[in-house]
Order: sequence, then C-alpha cells, then structure tokens
Amino acid sequence: MFMHEILIAGFGGQGVLTAGQLLAYAGNFEGKCVSWVPAYGPEQRGGTANCSVVISDQQIACTLVTEPSLCIVMNQPSLEKFEKAVKPGGVLVVNTSLCEKKATRTDITVVNVAATDTAIELGSQKFANMVALGALLGAMPVVDIEMVLKAMLKVMGEDKARFIPANREALKRGMEAAKSAVHA
Amino acid sequence: MAHEMELTMVKGNEALGEAAIRAGCRFFFGYPITPQSELPAYMSRRMPEVNGTYLQAESEVAAVNMVLGAAAAGVRVMTSSSSPGYSLKQEGISYMIGSQLPAVVVNVMRGGPGLGNIQPAQGDYWQMVKGGGHGDYRMISLAPSTVQELVNLTVQAFELADKYQNPVGILADGLLGQTMEPVRFPEIKEDPGPHTKPWALTGCKGRGKRIHTSLELSPEGLEKHNIKLQAKFKVMEDEVQFEAYKCEDADLIVVAYGTAARVARAAVDAARQLGLNVGLFRPISLWPFPSAALSGLVDRGVTRFLDVEMSAGQMVEDVQLAVLGRAKVDFYGRTGGIVPTPREILNEIQKVMGGEAK
Repeated sequence: MFMHEILIAGFGGQGVLTAGQLLAYAGNFEGKCVSWVPAYGPEQRGGTANCSVVISDQQIACTLVTEPSLCIVMNQPSLEKFEKAVKPGGVLVVNTSLCEKKATRTDITVVNVAATDTAIELGSQKFANMVALGALLGAMPVVDIEMVLKAMLKVMGEDKARFIPANREALKRGMEAAKSAVHA
Repeated sequence: MAHEMELTMVKGNEALGEAAIRAGCRFFFGYPITPQSELPAYMSRRMPEVNGTYLQAESEVAAVNMVLGAAAAGVRVMTSSSSPGYSLKQEGISYMIGSQLPAVVVNVMRGGPGLGNIQPAQGDYWQMVKGGGHGDYRMISLAPSTVQELVNLTVQAFELADKYQNPVGILADGLLGQTMEPVRFPEIKEDPGPHTKPWALTGCKGRGKRIHTSLELSPEGLEKHNIKLQAKFKVMEDEVQFEAYKCEDADLIVVAYGTAARVARAAVDAARQLGLNVGLFRPISLWPFPSAALSGLVDRGVTRFLDVEMSAGQMVEDVQLAVLGRAKVDFYGRTGGIVPTPREILNEIQKVMGGEAK
C-alpha cells in the first residue's frame, strides 16, 4: 500500500505544472491511481506556480496536496513556503541554482541539486524541471523515467520526439545528483 | 470510431464537456468565469468538430435564455457557470421549469457570497437544491466527487432532463473542475432529437401550434399547472442516488458530498485504522435527497452523524430533516474556498466519538 503526495513549486515558466503532469501520466501508464491539480489562484506569468500530484495504488481521497511526502522547490520563495509543509520522513528537492538559502529541516531527506545550472550545461534552462524531477525519482523511484519520457510524447505530441534524448539526459543527471546527495 | 475506450487523463471541466458531447449535446451557450472556464473553452474547440454550436453569449442571462430557446426546439443543450454567474441564470431556470423544458445546467462552485473568490467551495447547495429561482419548483441535482463520476453523471443528466422535461443540475466545485484524473468516456450517443419530442418547436406547417410559456394569468389555470408540476416532481423523487461506504457496522457516520466527501473518505479510512467504527454516507443526488436511506441507518441503530461541508452548513439541514431528531447531528465546515484536510476531519471524528465512547 503506498500513497505519494507530491507538490512541485516554482515560478511560472519553469515547467512545474508540466513536470507534475508528466509524473501523473507516467503513473497512469504504470497502472496506478493518479491525480494532478494546478494551483489556480490569480496567478500570472513569472509569479509563483505549483501543482499537486497524487500517485497511489488505491483510490485517491484528496487530490489537493497540503502536506507533501515528496516536494520539489524550484526557487527561493517556494523553499520558504513549502519546506515546512513536507511530511516528516519525506523528500525535499531543492534547486540550489535559484535558492540562496539552504533547507534546514533534519527530519526529512533534502536533495540539493543545481537544476538550472545543470540544465544550462545541457543546452537550455528549460530542462531544469526534468533535472529536478530526475532528482526526485532518484531519491524515491515513484515511476520509471522511461514512462516520464513516454508521457512527454503524449502531452507534447509525437513531433517532440527529437527532444527525448536531451530530456532523458536531464532526468539522469538529476538522478545521479540525488544518489550522491542521499548517500552523502 | 474503432479505438478502444481507454483511460485518458482529463481535467474535470473538460471531461464534463466531452461527456456532454457524448450524451448527444450539440448546443452550448455560456459565459466565462473561473473556475469553470475550461469547459466553455473546450466546447468552443470541440463543438465545431461535431457540427455543434458553441456560442459565448454577452452575459449569463443571455446564455440561459439561449438554452431555453434551444430546449424548446427539442435539442440537447447545456450551459455552465460558477457561483456568481450561476446566480444570474436563475430566472431562466425557473422559466424552463415552468415551461417544462429539458436542459443541463452546471455550477462549478467557488467561494462566496458575492464575488467571493475562485477557490473551491460548497456554499451554493441551498441555491441549487432548494430553488434559486422563483416559484414552487424542484430540479434533480447531482453532485459528483471524482472526474469519472462527473462524466457518468453528465451523461445521466441529459437522460433525466429529457425523461422529465425538466432541467437537471450538476453541482461540482472548483477543485473537481481543476483536477486531472484518468477517465473512461462512453461511446458517442446521438441526440434523440426533436422528432422524439411531440412538444418540440419544429415549424408548424401542416400541424397545429405548439406553445411554450410559463405565463398563465388565470389563478385556476396556474394552480392546475402547479398541481401537474408537483405530480411530476413527486415521480422525480424516485431518482435517488447515494453511496454508503463502510456504514454496515458504523457507530458514527460522516455525511458529505462532492469534494468534501472525497476528503472525508480518507478521514474515515484513517479512523478505521485507529479502531473507530466510522462510515461515510455520500449523497450523489442532492435532490431528491436520500432521506430514507439515512433514516434507515438510524433504524439500524446509528445515533451519531457528522456532516462535513465546504460551507457554513447547508446540507446539514437535510440530514437533520432525514433523522428527525432521532440521532445527533454534528457539523464541521470550512468556508472561503478552503478545502478541509483528512486530518481536520479525523480530529472532528475523534472529538465527536471521544465524548461518547470513552
């Protein structure tokens, strides 16, 4: 019996909603119960954005995640807002490229990953969400990364197949970062 | 179309739109308002693909009157809105009921009163379930709690509307409208069409006039019309739907609908893990309200109910009416667009049971 309650937060344009959708689709491909909800306050481009994803082997009760077991924060305001919300024993992925401060919780696993810098190395900062998602999956293998890539074709369209190798690399770089962080 | 009916990931609002199309609805008149705007947006894209009509009216009042017109012409038609916009449609709904015209009306509720906010809420229960518009009327009101159920109930709503020549309401909330979940859609059905409706306005060449109006100036005539409507509403009372979850041996039963019920289910499961005998009773049809089933639970020995809503307490009055003082009914609600957490509801369960069991 498992229930992953995932919250992904950042600023608009960082692909946090997309990362959440890919995760949900990947879970769906694997036959799990999934849900995805965007935070839909009076948001605007460049403002904060987040989404809730639940992946479980049983019927999902609440689709809105307020106390995530797994959390990705892509920027400093998100770290400040959501670090305290993570369930004890949970995982927090921090994009250190855009967070000046460090996470301070000791009762959770903190995975520091320079997602934006790594993405730029890979050719575009647009891959940052995939690096961070890879880090999350490295710390907790919720779904297979190949399913995330399959989801990408479903969500973005088959004509985006040429971007798959770069995204696979981004996910892998994130996973490696997580492994060294978790074992550190 | 030969493709299998596989699970697809769809947002609640869009799923509702697709379900309407598959139920044979080819006319949609609406006006944008958050958190239901994905529904008209979806219809604007999808209707032309199925030779349907999507029209964004100049206001909600205009939209609901276009619905009345299309319904009178005998076609399946829908409109949707969110709380403040749904308020504006009440006149048209009352007129449709007075004129005995079928349609599906959707309210994806947000925080109120007034403009309120755009977060999910359940403060419009009274409005849809008890009337909203003027005059003595009843309307079947369905409350889905998952995206799949939203699809199933939307298809059903069109059948029920035609069956009773009466509008049918779907009462959802912002969270359900925004949630994306895997769903299975039914096959596309044809609109039975105006030729199956002997009252439809199809052009009277070669036959007598058909008149639709809710105006009847003679008191005797209007009372006669009301008696006829009431007799119809009486028959509609049979369309009760509910779900009883872990109620068989429950000492305390949580009563909730829609999103609140979904959260309450998690609280009930958590309470069971603590060894507390708690169940969930979830009305699916809010009108007709499943009073007899609730009353039956009291007959079986249940003495405590906890009604949970995303409102200051509206459905709780129907629960009280159903148990008629034979059981204690507690209430827990959040307002302003706040969705209660499973933990909050569990705390309430423990509070209510603590006072009795220990």
